[in-house]
Amino acid sequence: MPASPVLLGIETSCDDTAAAVLDGTTLRSNVVSSQHDVHADYGGIVPELASRNHERYIGPVVQHALDEADCAPGDLDGVAVTCGPGLPGALLVGLSFAKSFGYAARCPVVGVNHLEGHLYSTHITGQGPPMPYLSLIVSGGHTQLVHVSDIGSYTVLGQTRDDAAGEAFDKVAQMLDLDYPGGPAVDRRAQQGDPTFHDFPRSRFDDLSFSFSGLKTSVLYFLRDIPEGERDAFVEAHRADICASFQQAVVDVLVDAVRRAALDTGVEHVAVVGGVSANRGLRDALQMLGTEQDLHIHLPDPQFCMDNAAMIAASARMHWPTTSPLTLDINPRLTLA
Amino acid sequence: MTESDRWTDLLPLQSTSPEATHALGEQLAERVQPGDVIALHGDLGAGKTHLVKGIGAGLGYNPADIRSPTFTLVHVHEGGRLPLYHIDAYRLGDPAELYEMGADTYLYGEGVCCIEWPSRMGELLPDTALHLQLTHETRTTRRIRQTCHD
Repeated sequence: MPASPVLLGIETSCDDTAAAVLDGTTLRSNVVSSQHDVHADYGGIVPELASRNHERYIGPVVQHALDEADCAPGDLDGVAVTCGPGLPGALLVGLSFAKSFGYAARCPVVGVNHLEGHLYSTHITGQGPPMPYLSLIVSGGHTQLVHVSDIGSYTVLGQTRDDAAGEAFDKVAQMLDLDYPGGPAVDRRAQQGDPTFHDFPRSRFDDLSFSFSGLKTSVLYFLRDIPEGERDAFVEAHRADICASFQQAVVDVLVDAVRRAALDTGVEHVAVVGGVSANRGLRDALQMLGTEQDLHIHLPDPQFCMDNAAMIAASARMHWPTTSPLTLDINPRLTLA
Repeated sequence: MTESDRWTDLLPLQSTSPEATHALGEQLAERVQPGDVIALHGDLGAGKTHLVKGIGAGLGYNPADIRSPTFTLVHVHEGGRLPLYHIDAYRLGDPAELYEMGADTYLYGEGVCCIEWPSRMGELLPDTALHLQLTHETRTTRRIRQTCHD
């Protein structure tokens, strides 16, 4: 088997259908259904309810990825597919497609843990941080701090007890009448706001776990405490300040956990991955922590923060040469350790 | 005890802390049966996920493993007294989306199905569901009562 394989990545664990062709560390295509004009490929207008309609998207998305990479099925050394964690029905679409495709293209199929995919979103087009290192996976569905000691050897140091950080962003965005997805909308406003405008609570646990449910509720109460007649005008005048204050609370909690975990484990390298790793407030605060604590901070290219298939292919490449048995099945509750 | 009386001695409840909401969940868990659907109505921060943590604890799951399924839509917990299906319909564009995802496996399954933001499920919600309304009273108190839904 080649040392730098040509891999087709397929990801269908949640909202987006994604496919990518990764040739060693050269990314030849990276297609995500919500960002690409696959609707036109499919030949029709796709209604809103189809946002998780993987059956409809998978064919066009994979074709698009192969075409853009100028790659024929016979050029592939393997197919990497997310087998968990995620929605059972959604995962099944990707896995069934990958198995059929691999059988027809006569190449091995590799099952990939979605969370491990996120871990290697810093390794898609290069070496990534040297091991051991810490990785903070922070997205709409996940918030966990992981010690990566070797490929396949992970320790979850802490994770959220209730809401994921990205979920708190979305729910606060909704309270402030901002667009969905809420993370980028809050981040944009926060750039113009005063982070000291209001002191929202930061939850802190000795064991490095996280909680963002209380923070979400405290923003709700902060808004409810404003007399009803004045509320709209107040939010209009201070939306950026509320965004900045809320974002600062989330960032403080995340950065504090990274700082403590780095001290505990003695690592010199820290990666932050997942959708919320695109947040500018978080990126800036981590760079500052890196300078203060002499830590190397590794942030994925923004296009690899959200769910994508390039990271799924990269994860399979990290384990290469490898193959999964024909009995490979989905595991909706797959964890890292 | 008739079906409509199954919960009446527990509800309504004025919960004065997250711990009290959790304890109610544990009490509900003692009485749930395979196929029960519990629809949890209430605003953001009213304690819906917290109540599910209590139900999960009562069924033998670690409450720390019961997290909000807002993004992931469905969390399945197995290995306790009964399977626990934890659904969040908050992000659904259309009830049909949940149907396409195989929601009937959970709604008519062998376990207990707890649903946050159930109004977004429309017609998919079984008629036999237990509807609970969680309401903010003060910063620390919540009123939890059984309601009827058409």
